Order: sequence, then C-alpha cells, then structure tokens
Amino acid sequence: PLNRTCKEVTALVIAREDRDLPLRERLALRIHMKLCDSCPVFERQILTMRNAMRQWRGYQGP
Amino acid sequence: MESLNQQIADLRDYLLKFARLQLRNEAWAEDAVSETVLAALGKPQAFDHRSQLKTWLVGILKHKIIDLLRQHGREVTVSSISSENDETDPLDYIGYQADGHFTEAPANWGNPEQDLSSRQFMAVMDACANQLPPVQGRLFLMREWLELSVEDICKDLNLTPTNLYVQLHRARLRLRACLELNWFARTSTP
Repeated sequence: PLNRTCKEVTALVIAREDRDLPLRERLALRIHMKLCDSCPVFERQILTMRNAMRQWRGYQGP
Repeated sequence: MESLNQQIADLRDYLLKFARLQLRNEAWAEDAVSETVLAALGKPQAFDHRSQLKTWLVGILKHKIIDLLRQHGREVTVSSISSENDETDPLDYIGYQADGHFTEAPANWGNPEQDLSSRQFMAVMDACANQLPPVQGRLFLMREWLELSVEDICKDLNLTPTNLYVQLHRARLRLRACLELNWFARTSTP
C-alpha cells in the first residue's frame, strides 16, 4: 500500500532531513507529491529551511 | 595596530553568544569560551590570516563545545527529554482534517534565497533557535550547527536513534512554525 495522508507525508519530509528513508517510503512520497497540491509546498518550506540552516552555520555575525 | 591578544579578547562576548546558544548553560558557555581563548592565545601562530580571526575562533569554539557536550553527555538523559515534552504531536499544530489531509494548504514562502543571508533573517534564526526547549535545542544544534552525525550524537549522549529522531522532528517543526510566524508571514507576498 503506497497511499499516504498529508500528515504522514509531512512527517516523512521532516524525517528525511535526518535519516535515509526506506525504498517503500521514498516511493510513497514521490507518488503522493505528484497527486497533492499542498505537500509539495510544505516540502519547499523544509528545503528553504535547509538552505537557511546552511547560511546560518556560515554566518559570523555582524 | 591592535595586538592579536587584544583582538581575541575583544571577540569574547561574540563567542559567548554562540556558546550560550549551543550549550544553554552559562557556566559551560563560560568554560568553552575560556578554553577557546586560552587555546588561541597559546598558539597564535596557528592563525594563518587566510580566514577572518572570528572564523578561526569559532572553529576552535566548536571543538570545545563538542568536548563539553561529551563531558556532560550523561546530563542529557532520556528523562530530561521527556520532562520537557508535552504529549501533543507538533504536527497537530499544522492543521489536518480527520482523514489526515491538510485543513488549509501550507503558505507559499516564495523564493527567499537572497533574504536568507540578510542580517535581519539571521537575527530571527537566532531568536527561533533560542526559543527551542533546552535539551531539544541542544540536540538540534549538535546536529545542525556542529554538524555531528546521528550516530555520534547517540553515542556521545547515550540516546537511542528513535529518541533523537523524535527530538529533531519536534525541533524542526517548532523552528518552521517560528520562522513562518516571524519571517515568512511578514515577507512573503500573498
């Protein structure tokens, strides 16, 4: 079964920041993202946060 | 020309800010900065002027912070983690229907790449990282600012990966909510 709710998918998007997802979850994520309007927006938010963290790590203060 | 010793001393407050953010403990932060300054003053020839002085000092400070976290690792216990968690799943704050789908689509944050390097954004990041609960914040910053692996954090603090994943999950969702409220909701176009 590859169908996932948005709540399950957002949890997977967050989890992916710290660990590799099993193949089944990666597949479920990809399928859901193609069918859903909202989850790709959430995914972009998390990617933006990832970029923000990278900038913040390199930030040396004013 | 100001001496290197004086320049290092002048940066002490700046280093303390970073140490406090990571360690959430005034005494530990003071220790980490003192160790950093002593190490820098003890080997000034190691500063090769290819990087900024503060970049070099932050590099030393990160190692001192990691040493301190390892030394005090046993104080970050599973019980101290559970005591600062409420029972609410932080995902519930996002807003889902009973069937698990979004009540309302997440906000479009636009394409803020340039904004992310601004001084104002960094101040919001600092503030949002500061408002994480102490243990959760410390674990999150070990992962994101000190760039330690999940395996290393678990080994250093005697945590299970599951415990750590739960804390990182909660921290990321809190940070997302804080950034949305204090930055993206104010800067994105409707």
